[in-house]
Amino acid sequence: MNAIEPTPRRAAEPPLGLILELTHRCPLQCPYCSNPLELARASAELDTASWCAVMEQGAALGALQVHFTGGEPMARKDLPALVRRAAELGLYSNLITSGVLLDPGSIAGLIAAGIDHIQLSFQDIDGAAGDDVAGLSGAHARKLQAAELIKSSGLPLTLNFVIQRRNAERVPRMLALAEELGAGRVEIAHVQYYGWGLRNRAALLPSREQLDFTTEVVEAARARLKGRMVIDYVVPDYYARRPKACMGGWARREMVITPTGKAMPCHAADSLPGFAFASVTEVSLAEIWHADPAFLRFRGTAWMPEPCQSCDRREIDWGGCRCQAFAMTGDPERTDPACALSPDHALMQAVAFERPEIAPAYVYRRIGAAEAAEAPVEAAD
Amino acid sequence: MSAALAEDVVPAFRPGAKFRFDAVRKAWVVLAPERLFVPDEPAVAVLQLVDGRRSLGAIVDDLAARFNAPRPVIAEDVAAMLTDLAAKGAIRL
Ligand code: SF4
Ligand code: SF4
Repeated sequence: MNAIEPTPRRAAEPPLGLILELTHRCPLQCPYCSNPLELARASAELDTASWCAVMEQGAALGALQVHFTGGEPMARKDLPALVRRAAELGLYSNLITSGVLLDPGSIAGLIAAGIDHIQLSFQDIDGAAGDDVAGLSGAHARKLQAAELIKSSGLPLTLNFVIQRRNAERVPRMLALAEELGAGRVEIAHVQYYGWGLRNRAALLPSREQLDFTTEVVEAARARLKGRMVIDYVVPDYYARRPKACMGGWARREMVITPTGKAMPCHAADSLPGFAFASVTEVSLAEIWHADPAFLRFRGTAWMPEPCQSCDRREIDWGGCRCQAFAMTGDPERTDPACALSPDHALMQAVAFERPEIAPAYVYRRIGAAEAAEAPVEAAD
Repeated sequence: MSAALAEDVVPAFRPGAKFRFDAVRKAWVVLAPERLFVPDEPAVAVLQLVDGRRSLGAIVDDLAARFNAPRPVIAEDVAAMLTDLAAKGAIRL
C-alpha cells in the first residue's frame, strides 16, 4: 500500500467503481459483445499481483465497488484470489458472468472468498435462440443451472437479458423467469451499439414497435413487482430524443481497466482516435484519475460544444456518449447524435429508417472475425 | 411517500446490500447490487437502526427520544425514507 503516491490534486471527486476486464477470453461469441473488435490474447493479460495492486490503489483513491467482467472473468483461475483481495479492501464485489463456467465447486470458492453479488447474463429465454446468439450449443441450459446454483447459495442474484430484434417479443417470459427464480434484480437491457454490437447493428436493432412493446411490458411489471424486484431497463439510442449519461459522465464515476492494463473512462474509449491510454503497470491510478489527459479531456462541461454548452441538461447527461459521437460523425467532440437537439440527429434517425426488414446473419465475436467479414457498418464517413 | 407503512414492519437490508463508513469520503455509504448511495444525515440515523429485528415503530420511538420533533412527523419521514430505499433495492420492508 505504501507504493501509492499521495493524490496530486483534489480536482475531481473520487471514482465510485472499478470495472476490471480481467480477460477477453470467453467460451461464448455474442455478436453484441462490448469488447473491442481487436481482442487481447491470454498471454498479454495482467497477472494476479497487478490486478491486486489496481484494487489496492483504487480503494485508496476512494472506489467503493469492483466489477469483475471480461470476456468471461471466470476463465481466470485466480478469480477467487482477486475476490478475496477485494473483500479485504472493503470493495463491494460484483461478478458479471455468462454462467457457463459456474459449477458447485467454483461457486463455493467465490463465496468463501467473499463475493457480494453475481450478475448472470442471458441471451434469450428460448434455449435454441439463446444458444444461437451465444454461438455455443447447450449454453442456455448451463445458465439455467447457474441461476439455480446462485439462488440456492443465498447470494443475491441479478439476471441480465440482452434485448434485440430476434427476442424482443419474449420479454414477458424473461421477466417471468426472473420472478420465478426470486431474482432481486433484473436488467432488461437492449443491445448497446458499440464494439461488436455496432458491427452487428443491422442484425440486432429492433423496430420502433418492438421497442415500444418492451417498454410497455417493463412498465407494467415494475408497477406489479414494486418493492420485490428491481427492474432496470436500458433502451437503444436510435429511437431516443435525449442521450444517456454514458458511464454517468466521462471520467466522473468509473474507471475501466482492460485485460492488458490500459485505464480508460469507458469500455469503448479505445475506438477514439488520438488517445493514448496509460497503463496501470506504469502509472498509478491516482495519477491517471486526476491528471491523465485522456481522463481530463471530456470530464465536466468545459469541453462541450453548443447546443450542450448552454443546455440545462448538461450536468444530467453530460452531452451523451463520446464514442457514439465519434462513430456517427467522425468527431468525438460533438453533441451525441442521439440527442434531438444535436445538428447530427438525422444521422441517428437515418439508421433506424434504413433498418433492413430481414435481419442479416450475425458476425460472431471471435479473434479475427471482424476483419474477415465484409464490413456493413457505415462507421465514420 | 408515506403510503401507509404499518409500524410493525421490520426493515432489513436486502441480501447483498452493505452499509459502511467510507474513510475517503468521510461519509456513510449504502452499497447494493449496481446501486450506491451516500445517504444524508437523517437517513444515516435511520439506517443505523435498521438491523432486521427492530420494527419501524421501534425505530421511530428511538429517534423521537433523541431528536426534537413530534413523533408523527418523524414517523412520516422515516416511512418515506424507508419506502424510497426499498424501491431502490437497498432494503426490504
Ligand atoms: S457478451 Fe457474450 S461473448 Fe462477450 S464476454 Fe459476454 S458472454 Fe462472452
Ligand atoms: S444538448 Fe447536450 S446537454 Fe442538452 S440534452 Fe442534448 S446532449 Fe444533453
